Amino acid sequence: MTARLPPRRTLADREEVLGALMLGPALAYVILLVGVPFAFAIVLGFSNATAGSLSFGWAGLQNYTAILADPIFLRALRNSVVVTVGSQVLVVVLATAAAQVFRATFRGKRFARFVLLLPWAVPVSLAAIAWTWIFDSTFSVINWTLKAAGLLHGWLYWLGDPALALLAIIIVQAWRIFPFATVIVLAGLSSIPQEIVEAAIVDGAGFWRRLFRVELPLLLPVVAVAVLFGVVYTATDLGVVYILTGGGPANTTHVLPTLAFQRGILGADLGQGAAIAVFLLPFLIIVAIGMLRLAHRTEVGGAR
Amino acid sequence: MAGIEIRSLRKHFGDLHAVDGVDLSIRDGEFLVLLGSSGSGKTTLLRMIAGLERPTSGEIHIGDQRVDGDVPPRARGIAMVFQSYALYPHRTVFQNIAFPLEASRTPRKQIEEKVRWAAELFSITRYLDRYPRQLSGGERQRVALCRALVRDPKVFLLDEPLANLDAKLRNTARDDLKRFQRRIQTTTVYVTHDQVEAMGLGDRIVVMERGKVRQIGTPHEVYEDPVDTFVATFVGQPPMNLLDAGDPSLPPRTLTGFRPEHFLPKSVFGAGEDLRTFRFAVRRVEYLGSDRYVYGAVAGGAPGAHATIIAKLPATIALAIPEGETHEFAVPRRALRYFDPETGLRRKG
Repeated sequence: MTARLPPRRTLADREEVLGALMLGPALAYVILLVGVPFAFAIVLGFSNATAGSLSFGWAGLQNYTAILADPIFLRALRNSVVVTVGSQVLVVVLATAAAQVFRATFRGKRFARFVLLLPWAVPVSLAAIAWTWIFDSTFSVINWTLKAAGLLHGWLYWLGDPALALLAIIIVQAWRIFPFATVIVLAGLSSIPQEIVEAAIVDGAGFWRRLFRVELPLLLPVVAVAVLFGVVYTATDLGVVYILTGGGPANTTHVLPTLAFQRGILGADLGQGAAIAVFLLPFLIIVAIGMLRLAHRTEVGGAR
Repeated sequence: MAGIEIRSLRKHFGDLHAVDGVDLSIRDGEFLVLLGSSGSGKTTLLRMIAGLERPTSGEIHIGDQRVDGDVPPRARGIAMVFQSYALYPHRTVFQNIAFPLEASRTPRKQIEEKVRWAAELFSITRYLDRYPRQLSGGERQRVALCRALVRDPKVFLLDEPLANLDAKLRNTARDDLKRFQRRIQTTTVYVTHDQVEAMGLGDRIVVMERGKVRQIGTPHEVYEDPVDTFVATFVGQPPMNLLDAGDPSLPPRTLTGFRPEHFLPKSVFGAGEDLRTFRFAVRRVEYLGSDRYVYGAVAGGAPGAHATIIAKLPATIALAIPEGETHEFAVPRRALRYFDPETGLRRKG
């Protein structure tokens, strides 16, 4: 057996070379497609560059002072926070509840799980278009259902009212992340040893005490990961808001990505667009650090 | 304080009859050991008493309360210690022990007192602020016992609580456990596959096999008077020797059983003893320090009786036993037990 193997060291034996070789493509990808545009965006933020022109001049902090004085930008910044936080709170509650359901065995569980995962598989744009019909001012299935159930008097203009439109955006964003979060929480739940759950039962803890005092604390690192992903997906998402409201009515529902796109690409002011987009960054970094620390601190069996 | 009554209890998992008609009466304050190999149904039986498993049929009474129906574990007055200890990893030792008290809405001050009292009892007071993963196996086991104790249960259910300890620790833990149980006098049901634990701990032992109870009795009864060949060979290390000795004074086809420690060179017995002698062809001698195990076969038995017979010679017998030779061995007649080879049941004889 051994005699048939090549007598000399081959590439597969040289781990330092092999490692570099295999890491190369991923590293190149990150540098070229993430790192370079990212650095370019920061540079653009301090320039007066416009689309359609090759001229490039330094503008100093001019873009930043302009947007910070702009109520539409401040509103978009606030909306970004509201949508991200709101949708993630909704997701955590729904995903935890759904995971409890999916932990039980019932008929049609496989089918239910397949249906659950559908939102994750549907392209954002396609789903958002469907949602525009659900929230349509005339045909809204929500309104008609509420009306038929006798719960609604009057009419809800989902995408015409700033507050309702924001709520609509939160619902759609939550719907998007929900399946992913459920699967993660489900995985976390199944990693809790059965004996610990049974010990809690024998110790006299009812369902809620078990959930809040035993299961959720043990799930926290896993939920933190789900929320971290959710925050990043939601905060950087352009499609949902762009298709659902287009930032309207009257620029009241813009979030940072849509405003950056509108100013930078459609409005051709690359400098200002970049400056707006850059505002996402500290926001996401803080969230990421916070979540990772939380996950680290409460790792199962951890906590010192 | 309460006894436990179990009547024709069954648990079926599909075609598998994990517990197959068990009747058991556990006395108040008794330390009862369920002994069996894996798959014997002992753990399922314990889990049904705990309320973690619902019986397929049958009755369980704890004290004067019937619990086999819809009585949840928390209302049964039981406390359980799991094999893995099942400590809550995100809670300190104090919080672990306090958990059952919190669940029963005990006032905070009382919780504090109770936890300290229990921790004192098991000498783990200095670990109260630590997390389970910072403790050794023996310390975790004591925390688990503390957590069970603070509930003032009517019944303790212990599922192989010593199985995860190393051999040295297991001896002291066994002693601690027995002393503790004597002190608090709470009815205890203890599941194990380790016969040494069972013999050492149990007031009575229930030997189980394939969902059925084979024998219930004190360690002495189970060891000295096994009801069938299963119990005879399951309890005791090395197991009881069984052979068809072809003794003309017995009904044909009777299995003769005797413990290895009773099977000794004839010369060590006194003159007046009523002995049954055998020609013992020694194959191998195993020196184990305190004992010697002598492996061989008995000559002159019924045809086909070539089973390996083991003699256990204490170190006090210094007699040389050369391998490969045949020796005169004997068993006192009072130590002989007879079994039916078909049913395995004990025969008086």
